[in-house]
Amino acid sequence: MTDAVNGASILPLDLAGVSFAAGGRRLIKDVTCTFEAGPRTAVIGPNGAGKSLLLRLCHGLIAPAAGRVVWRGARGRDPAPFQAMVFQRPVMLRRSVTANVDAALALRGVPRPERRARTAEVLERTGLARFAHQPARVLSFGEQQKLALARAWALRPQVLFLDEPTASLDPAATHAVEEIIDAIRGAGTRILMTTHDLGQARRMADEIVFLHRGRMLEKAPAADFFAGPRNDLAQAFVRGELLWWRKRPSRDPATEP
Amino acid sequence: MTDFGDAFTTALSLVVTLDPDLAEIVGLSLRVSLGAVAVATVIGLPAGAALALFRFPGRHGAVILLNALMGLPPVVVGLIVYLLLSRAGPLGVLGLLFTPTAMVIAQVLLVAPIVAALTRQVIEDLWAEYEEQLKSLGAGPGRALGMLLWDGRFSLLTAVLAGFGRASAEVGAVMIVGGNIDHVTRVMTTAIALEVSKGDLALALGLGLILIVLSVSVNGAAFLLKEAAERSQTGGPRQVPRGEDPALP
Repeated sequence: MTDAVNGASILPLDLAGVSFAAGGRRLIKDVTCTFEAGPRTAVIGPNGAGKSLLLRLCHGLIAPAAGRVVWRGARGRDPAPFQAMVFQRPVMLRRSVTANVDAALALRGVPRPERRARTAEVLERTGLARFAHQPARVLSFGEQQKLALARAWALRPQVLFLDEPTASLDPAATHAVEEIIDAIRGAGTRILMTTHDLGQARRMADEIVFLHRGRMLEKAPAADFFAGPRNDLAQAFVRGELLWWRKRPSRDPATEP
Repeated sequence: MTDFGDAFTTALSLVVTLDPDLAEIVGLSLRVSLGAVAVATVIGLPAGAALALFRFPGRHGAVILLNALMGLPPVVVGLIVYLLLSRAGPLGVLGLLFTPTAMVIAQVLLVAPIVAALTRQVIEDLWAEYEEQLKSLGAGPGRALGMLLWDGRFSLLTAVLAGFGRASAEVGAVMIVGGNIDHVTRVMTTAIALEVSKGDLALALGLGLILIVLSVSVNGAAFLLKEAAERSQTGGPRQVPRGEDPALP
């Protein structure tokens, strides 16, 4: 696979006081941090912590209620075409496997001959070439997720967001997906993923972001984080304790009026 | 109840003898209804999809209005088109009243809301599934419109068939704007109405049977077409490539 798309990196990504609210509830609270080029980041935390929302805010699928999301390296360029995202449930167009990749490239304005070459290449690399002319929606769930990764890979993004990419996959499919993610990273793409699988976070991440009730409680290199999280809730989470009783909502100042 | 027996005999003899008058009526019926459905599809598909995808002030009102228009009374539509096309009307100079074109226009007004309303529902459901992925790929509603119409093609065929059902079955609008003129604007439904009023119930019922068979045939053909296309595209049992059987460990 050739290098990620043209030109200078759009990274680093700055979040400055980012909040997000829906239905009158603040779901992401005052997140400030910087994602540099290089390391693979895993956003971890219990269900409802806001992991997926944080990814969508970074990717620009949703707009923050307050604060700013700035791609500092973009320097006036539109950062969107340099990013891609793979969702927890793969979204398969009602077309063939090949056409699924081709449509994505067409939307990004890639000319037809190059589309064909890139599609063949990613299907080969993800082991989907034998399904090329099958309807995407008859693939198994694991194969659909591989296709979603292949589709994202074909875009040659500088930054790839992965929202629980293996949440409903068995170990074999999880392994296959993780190998593909590694290969995509090897081609120079910055990986930002969410997971609630601590084993996956250990395997796949160089940097851990711990999120709880919409707050970023810790951001640390993976080795340091797993050796001993500074935050008490993160400590409990890593030990496998259930967090819901550790901190009542009334003691969380952010949810107080 | 000898009418039913007579009706079958009449229908059968009309079909077997290839009655030229019947052939003409059937031909015009199909031409008017299929023509109207074709025009209504060209209008209704993009209009319905646009209503599903774009957010604008008054959109909810537009959706409610469109759904209500599905139940538009044919006689009222016929009357409106009649007033528009009559000599004294704004479009009178075109001289279209009592022509098959006028009948097509009236039926387009009846069918387009049905196609558009059903399309809106199909596309809205599809957009709910695709929205994040397509936005991530950089496609706003405008770019998505064509993609969604293509991906929803099998469901949308049902919308078009519903429109055809409306067009082939209605009598009020074509009666008013066509006038049921023999050899000019007489179609199946107006011929049936005429025979009933003349008291020839057997002939009316015979024509009715033929109309039903026609309608079933068109729907059946469309269904088979859809099934075949869908099997080759999205459906059918999952094909397991050689060398991989998911049932095996």
